[in-house]
Amino acid sequence: MRVVQHLADLYRHRALVWALVGRELKGRYRGSAMGFLWTFLNPLMMLAVYALVFKFYFKINMENYTVYMFTGLLPWVFFSQALIGGAGAITNGRALVTKVAFPQQVLPAVQVAANFINYLLSLPILIGFLLAWGVPLTPALAAFPLVAALHLLFIYACVLLLATANVYLRDTQHILGNLMQLWFFLTPIFYPMWFLAKVPAVLAIPVRLNPATHFTLAYHRIFFEGAWPRWDHLAIIGGLSLLLLWLAVAVFESRKDFFAERV
Amino acid sequence: MSRRTSIEVRGVVKRFARDFMEGGPAASWKSLLARAAGRGGRRDVITVLDGIDLAVQRGTTLALIGQNGCGKSTLLKIIAGIYRPDQGQVRVEGRLSSLIELGTGFHPEFTGRENVYLNGAILGLDKAEIAERFEAIAAYSGLGEYIDAPVKTYSSGMYVRLGFSVAVNVDPEVLLVDEVLAVGDEAFVRKCEDKIHQLRRAGVTICLVSHNLGLVERFADEVVWLDGGCLAARGQPRRVIDAYLEKVAASEDSIRRQSCAQADIDGQQRWGSGEVQITAVRTTDAGGGERAVFSTGEAMTVEMDYQADGAPRDLVFGVAIHNAAGVLCFGSNTKIDRAELPEFPSRGTVRLACSRLDLVPGTYFLDVAVVSTLDTPYDYRRRVASFAVRSPVADDGVYRPPHTWSLAARDEGGE
Repeated sequence: MRVVQHLADLYRHRALVWALVGRELKGRYRGSAMGFLWTFLNPLMMLAVYALVFKFYFKINMENYTVYMFTGLLPWVFFSQALIGGAGAITNGRALVTKVAFPQQVLPAVQVAANFINYLLSLPILIGFLLAWGVPLTPALAAFPLVAALHLLFIYACVLLLATANVYLRDTQHILGNLMQLWFFLTPIFYPMWFLAKVPAVLAIPVRLNPATHFTLAYHRIFFEGAWPRWDHLAIIGGLSLLLLWLAVAVFESRKDFFAERV
Repeated sequence: MSRRTSIEVRGVVKRFARDFMEGGPAASWKSLLARAAGRGGRRDVITVLDGIDLAVQRGTTLALIGQNGCGKSTLLKIIAGIYRPDQGQVRVEGRLSSLIELGTGFHPEFTGRENVYLNGAILGLDKAEIAERFEAIAAYSGLGEYIDAPVKTYSSGMYVRLGFSVAVNVDPEVLLVDEVLAVGDEAFVRKCEDKIHQLRRAGVTICLVSHNLGLVERFADEVVWLDGGCLAARGQPRRVIDAYLEKVAASEDSIRRQSCAQADIDGQQRWGSGEVQITAVRTTDAGGGERAVFSTGEAMTVEMDYQADGAPRDLVFGVAIHNAAGVLCFGSNTKIDRAELPEFPSRGTVRLACSRLDLVPGTYFLDVAVVSTLDTPYDYRRRVASFAVRSPVADDGVYRPPHTWSLAARDEGGE
């Protein structure tokens, strides 16, 4: 199986993945006065901005709105940063791709892994917020590893496709940057799902079909609502993610031999 | 593949799309749309390697030589597994390390130590393996306490030293080297060469690409000359290098002759009364063909066409050869040499034939003159032509007498 072979290659080069993830994480804030603290400061600041805008300017009225938004915002940051970083993984990895032979899925995987670790590191802040707002923590949190694993799978598949596309069409990166903006608003992060009742049904369709919506809802349930995720929905997006992964690996593997001469 | 073969290359063909060759890194949506609409046309393809067969025996050193763009670096990258050949196969047996670039993946903000771990991982070592080698790597790099400073503070020499130290300490069984030894200071280059020697003795198979033919001759057991993507020659270093130099000289020759025809040699001067004029000067080889590049020890003839008003008499023709530093290497004329020449016709060609040109490699300039027996200059042309001497031996000075070295034992204790 191609997918198994692909992942086995990745696993065999885990030392390289870790070294590059370390480089990515440590290098990101090296030289800045706050250093690694930015890992925590960045999401907090973003939260402050969105909370200000939506709570006070748009006056979204909802109980524990700030924590609700934070619950969805953190996985979104993971998702969007991984996609944007991952899209350029091969093209920005030119120095490695053209000089050393290694399984090139390492580069997109590093982007996904580094952003995932950032996400995990920001979770304690989320827990702190939940406790401070008096949102109870429940056993449903045990579903987090499963939700995160499926999310990871989905993101990795997207990143493989984007990284490949960007080798051939450098415009991908730029288009993606703008697309993420739209995608963000089509995901129930700063508004709850019942908000959709206020818009025409046609406009609600993209939100409901959006895979990111269902990951966000799953996170909302386990962190914010203290309920188990909708298993049926989870099964569907899990299945879709696997299908997407299969496709992405097929595309990536068929093109990767040409990356060195294309980047 | 026999058990003694480390690298085997069979029928390798590599083509690059022309848009890649022209430096366009990737298509744009526009060109993609154009192509989809059938207006982009089909893309041109350049064949960089055209059916290469090679086998490198375990523990031997192979050097790839050839002019820029001959495909040698591409071949090395195919052996390294970075490029995929369009046709043919490559098999490498044993742990491969490539010195295609030193310090690949170094992060400027990281310390030397952190970068050793990073670079080691890129070269295929895990953390424990690097930790095991770390002391050796740090010691070999000679960076001392700088190993804990960010590499962005390093000089380029220090950077390269660290990169080289990591690469040669991964204990490769097959080592690919692409022209990286050309960097660094004299001491470092020597150290690198020592290390390569040491690896050779340890039975490492080495494949190197270099323009430094002296280095190639010192290291290689076998040399492969690539020309236009094909194997032009392979075999014993001396023989292949000589063949290669001959080819280079020939192509250089035509370029040099073109530029000489435009008479753009610096410092050209001409004076004299003009009663007799030297109208053309040529340098030719033993066969009489016009040449501007000679090998040390080859025959060279200087030809001067002249024309005179009326019947000239008492003419003295002279030739002087200066090297690039302006040192007079040779100067003589028909009077000094007491040349027995017949009556001068009003138009003619005077030839100075040297049976051996024992000059060291370099660029030389010709002065020619025609004067009267009383030293009145009729036509004196300074730096009228230039030629180059090429040699596989980079000896120094001005003159190279034909020579040999020998050794004899001296019996001192027996009396």
